[in-house]
Amino acid sequence: MRSPPTPEMATQEVPLNETLAHLKTESETLKSKLEEERAKLHDVELHQVAEKVEGLGQFVMKTRRTLKGHGNKVLCMDWCKDKRRIVSSSQDGKVIVWDAFTTNKEHAVTMPCTWVMACAYAPSGCAVACGGLDNKCSVYPLSLDKNENLAAKKKSVAMHTNYLSACSFTNSDMQILTSSGDGTCALWDVESGQLLQSFHGHAADVLCLDLAPSETGNTFVSGGCDKKANVWDMRSGQCIQSFETHESDINSVRYYPSGDAFASGSDDATCRLYDLRADREVAIYSKDSIIFGVSSVDFSLSGRLLFGGYNDYTINVWDVLKGTRVSILFGHENRVSTLRVSPDGTAFCTGSWDHTLRIWA
Amino acid sequence: MSTTNNIAQARKLVEQLRIEAGIERIKVKQPFSAVLANVSKAAADLMSYCEQHARSDPLLVGVPTSENPFKDKKPCIIL
Repeated sequence: MRSPPTPEMATQEVPLNETLAHLKTESETLKSKLEEERAKLHDVELHQVAEKVEGLGQFVMKTRRTLKGHGNKVLCMDWCKDKRRIVSSSQDGKVIVWDAFTTNKEHAVTMPCTWVMACAYAPSGCAVACGGLDNKCSVYPLSLDKNENLAAKKKSVAMHTNYLSACSFTNSDMQILTSSGDGTCALWDVESGQLLQSFHGHAADVLCLDLAPSETGNTFVSGGCDKKANVWDMRSGQCIQSFETHESDINSVRYYPSGDAFASGSDDATCRLYDLRADREVAIYSKDSIIFGVSSVDFSLSGRLLFGGYNDYTINVWDVLKGTRVSILFGHENRVSTLRVSPDGTAFCTGSWDHTLRIWA
Repeated sequence: MSTTNNIAQARKLVEQLRIEAGIERIKVKQPFSAVLANVSKAAADLMSYCEQHARSDPLLVGVPTSENPFKDKKPCIIL
């Protein structure tokens, strides 16, 4: 049995007739090299640097609106850029567009499948995308005529080989990014339905994705059942950074508003913050008393607060810098499955297995 | 699983790791995202972003009822 190659040897070209054993040793060596490099940057913890920051006071956040109408578990929701409309999707196959100010339902579509796990509002506010167990992502243009049958104008855009877990329009109505139980993410042209780029690298179902804020450039982050969070270059399809510190499925990922970091929520009952430039996890938001998985996370506008929706029906609010919990919110009568802060940061919306959505402020 | 599959997968992993190991790590902040920073610098940037935007974060500082469309101006009366 040969001794494993030294680090210097690993940088030489590996011969073409490489065997599994050679590849395994090289990957182990590269992994330790990466860990070494990451460790060199780890000179201090985020919460230590944040000691000098003023603590946060008491927070009073209450349910201000309850949106009732779904016949089964609410699985996903998204805000319209107009800060008042919301699209939500449910296990019952329905996708509903609401006016969150008045709680009125403006549109409703019945999908041909149950478990509509993903939905997203187009940047223009003129269309919504959704999908789930049908393995597709479809776009429905929203008509001003309430009587018009939305299903008639449906456009099938994405096709995966397993369920659609998340979808998001890019900066325009013209492109959609999807993630799937088939282990891949993909970028699609809405008009033609053409696959523009696919992203391979997760070893299991991809459960969530989030696009970097537009100023940061063309990247997005995805999280999966392989416990990894991957950052991707949208143009090349390359995975440029990967983080594996969670102990279970990553259900939700969300960029920090500056684009320099992202948060994740996992079935391991923790939320974590990963800084892209330090290339490592810089904070973990957990408590011994929190034992249920996190389904969904989002930041307040300044990035100081992190909201997490949990499977124990609660919402925990974290001080991102200090790592402490500042509030716990009750109200839902079943799992919180989805959570998004409104575009202007005045409120956040949660969807739950209790069939309702709530607006909190 | 066949041996060819294993080798193909292992090859992919090595390729990926090579890319990641190749990312330059230096301590100076630069606009290009592939250049890395140590945690104290990265943390300082996160903190300064929070500070700069704190005043315009409605959920953080709280906005008066009159300015938040979700907060009702009249108290709710349960009939």
